Amino acid sequence: MITSFLLKSFDRTIVIAVAVILGLGLLVPALNLLTPPDHPLHVPTYLVSLFGKYLTYALLALALDLVWGFCGILSLGHAAFFALGGYAMGMYLMRQIGARGSYGNPLLPDFMVFLNWKELPWFWYGFDMFWFAALMVVLVPGLLAFVFGWFAFRSRVNGVYLSIITQAMTFALLLAFFRNDMGFGGNNGLTDFKDILGFNIQADGTRAALFAASAVALALSLVLTSGMVRSKYGKILVGVRDAESRTRFLGYRVEHFKLFAFTVSAMMAGVAGALYVPQVGIINPGEFEPGNSIEVVIWTAVGGRGTLIGPIIGAILVNGGKSIFTAAFPEFWLFALGGLFVLVTLFLPKGIVGTAQAWRAKRKAYRKAADDEAAKAMAAAEPLAAE
Amino acid sequence: MLMRLAYRSLQSLLVTLCLLVTLLATDLRAQEDLRAMVNALGEGNFAQTIKQVEALARTGDPKIVPALEALAAGDLYQRKSDKQVFLTKSTGGSLTLLDPLSGEEVGTEAASALTKIRVNNGLRRAVRAALGGLTLMSPDAGVRLQAAQTMLRTPSADALDQIETALAAETSADVKPVLERARAAALLISDRPDDEKKAAVAVISNAGGQDALSLLSAALSSADDNLRPDIETAIESIKERQAFWAAGQNVWYGLSLGSVLLLAAIGLAITFGVMGIINMAHGEMVMLGAYTTFVVQEVIRGSFPALFDWSLAIALPLAFLVTGIVGLAIERGVIRFLYGRPLETLLATWGISLILQQAVRTIFGPTNREVGNPAWMSGAFELGGLTITWNRLWIIVFSLAVFAALLFLLKKTPMGLQMRAVTQNRRMASSMGIRTPWVDALTFALGSGIAGIAGVALSQIDNVSPNLGQGYIIDSFMVVVFGGVGNLWGTLVGAFTLGILNKFLEPYAGAVLGKILVLVLIILFIQKRPRGLFALKGRAVEA
Repeated sequence: MITSFLLKSFDRTIVIAVAVILGLGLLVPALNLLTPPDHPLHVPTYLVSLFGKYLTYALLALALDLVWGFCGILSLGHAAFFALGGYAMGMYLMRQIGARGSYGNPLLPDFMVFLNWKELPWFWYGFDMFWFAALMVVLVPGLLAFVFGWFAFRSRVNGVYLSIITQAMTFALLLAFFRNDMGFGGNNGLTDFKDILGFNIQADGTRAALFAASAVALALSLVLTSGMVRSKYGKILVGVRDAESRTRFLGYRVEHFKLFAFTVSAMMAGVAGALYVPQVGIINPGEFEPGNSIEVVIWTAVGGRGTLIGPIIGAILVNGGKSIFTAAFPEFWLFALGGLFVLVTLFLPKGIVGTAQAWRAKRKAYRKAADDEAAKAMAAAEPLAAE
Repeated sequence: MLMRLAYRSLQSLLVTLCLLVTLLATDLRAQEDLRAMVNALGEGNFAQTIKQVEALARTGDPKIVPALEALAAGDLYQRKSDKQVFLTKSTGGSLTLLDPLSGEEVGTEAASALTKIRVNNGLRRAVRAALGGLTLMSPDAGVRLQAAQTMLRTPSADALDQIETALAAETSADVKPVLERARAAALLISDRPDDEKKAAVAVISNAGGQDALSLLSAALSSADDNLRPDIETAIESIKERQAFWAAGQNVWYGLSLGSVLLLAAIGLAITFGVMGIINMAHGEMVMLGAYTTFVVQEVIRGSFPALFDWSLAIALPLAFLVTGIVGLAIERGVIRFLYGRPLETLLATWGISLILQQAVRTIFGPTNREVGNPAWMSGAFELGGLTITWNRLWIIVFSLAVFAALLFLLKKTPMGLQMRAVTQNRRMASSMGIRTPWVDALTFALGSGIAGIAGVALSQIDNVSPNLGQGYIIDSFMVVVFGGVGNLWGTLVGAFTLGILNKFLEPYAGAVLGKILVLVLIILFIQKRPRGLFALKGRAVEA
């Protein structure tokens, strides 16, 4: 059954994409670690971290595409799931600091000592173990998405209303995480990480390994989502997207299909966040900003909604552009981003990949029509030749 | 009763008359005597000076007030050469001498030629008591009121006689109640009989307020058993009234927050509620309105300072025009291509909001801009136990006025009729000859314009910065969704409900947690009623 699932997901473009991602995951760390710094092909460590960050963004955009592209749920709160995963990983990294913090407390992270707390809050227990933190990275966003979605989909909140309450959710979380009493470091967030699984987090090797891990996670998620959307379940999901009432009248429990996709997507976003935090070295409540979630939507839209590969390309392109732009003309980045939002929605509604696919399909149809024409002409000519 | 009242007023009239007559008759001679008495202040030790102050106070002449005030402040000097006493004003190295009674300048003298008349705490107390008595008899009602208030704040049993004399002569309706309370406060700590003290407790308790509470609490510690229950019940009743007014104040704050929410959301109620456009650039329209106010005020400050109190009235139509035109441009340039694709509209308008923010940041800079309050919007007044600031009151009035105007426009004018027709059934409206594209454009411009005039009002209570709009956008959506899309009344009820709810949660949960709770409550509420408080019924729902 698993083999058939995998086989079905082996669409040609997906296979190529997975191969490219995995290849990058091998090549970039190799070029970083094995070549000397003055070699023309050497990739500096800061670039490894930067590209690693893009890969986690790509994973986040892929997660959004699963719900928005295939199920029609425009979530304006995906950055919240991303940030929750990030916080879970951040808590593990904080516990790893141990007595090396500036206050030297073996148990309490610095900000708790600063706030005069005497003991670790209960929700910080267990985060000294990696397996527990890794579990929480998927469980916490997944559980939030499950509970939120269960309420929302059951009462048939959809379309614009759903978008707005997901935005309210991330806004409420933003306010909550800004509070010092919450026990997540207030507006400074969690930072000053030292090591992960015993390896120094600043070391080139760790950076390269994190990059490779991000690439593997992205490739696996791509296989998973493409398997999901090509299965029978995925077909019904698209049915829900295009004609929700009709699908319901056919006897499908629409809310269950939506809920499953929403929860899986939130878990993927959580994994993306968890890979993001060690590579940028900080997580703070700013990640919950409603604006961030909307930006994820534009990455997906630029690349092409409902194409799986599109969001990956979109996330890397937009963020690459952002890195270049903010360095060269910091004043104009918001103009460029704003313009991108407007132009893409007006002139490129299917995104880059979607437009390319449509163009290819049109050319194929044209060629087929031409072939048919030629065949017909041949068929018409043959009797003449036989005479 | 009437007889007694007539007798009382007759009595007070007589006393005043007598005072006047004596004052007039003895004016000249008194002038000489007073001068001598003031000069005597410079002689002898502290005990003798205190006697002199008391003697001065007994004259009851308001002319000596400046001299006594100067004595307490240490500005009274004696000239060494002729032992004359003067008020002084420091001018550079030397001192300007003023006559202690008339206040006229009489020359300058080097500091070395003068001796300062020294004061200690006992002397200061005597001066204060004398001043209190004197100012209580001042012909100026304002001075009397101030003196009575000072007496009320720092009651002393010694001043009781003075207060009672003043009370008998008092005619002003503003001063009299304060004086009566001052008398009651002084009486409580004097050795008068308990019956009079009970009446005094009643007077203070009726006045209410934090001052009365501290007066009574102070009196409670020294009261005997006979008086104790009276004071305790008085304290109870004051506390009850305070709790009542605190709740009232919360309602007021809630109304105030509600009016701000209403202002912020009402434009969105048109663009999102009526037209169904998720206008993420709505907050930036509010921001543009606020910046229009800033520009108008800058021009007025620079060229027509006299018009400053009218700046808001001038800014209102301009802000409506500016944001209306920007809205029209957005609708014609972007949104009209996206009808029927609400989620794409969301993205495009978000992009527009980023562009507008950055544009304002580039033009006006990223820092807060100063927008002044006109005179009629600053200050506050007391209403019972409530403190009401004028700017909040005007914003409530203004938000309701905007709401009423908008309701009138939508329900009673041909333009409103067309708007409603187009939003309810576009194709039918089009068949009837309504130019639907233009109605769309004008509706969007109207919503944007209203956001702009909301910005004028919000510039009075919020920081005018490029991020102004972002602070309101989520709240506005919450209000419109909570109230019910497509229903202006829902927006009104939603705004005030959320405002009051927020302010009642705040004392228990804190400001941030209160806001989080409200957000969670809204999310839960949407589950129960996915289309808001006042849902539209019928076919419009399916569209």
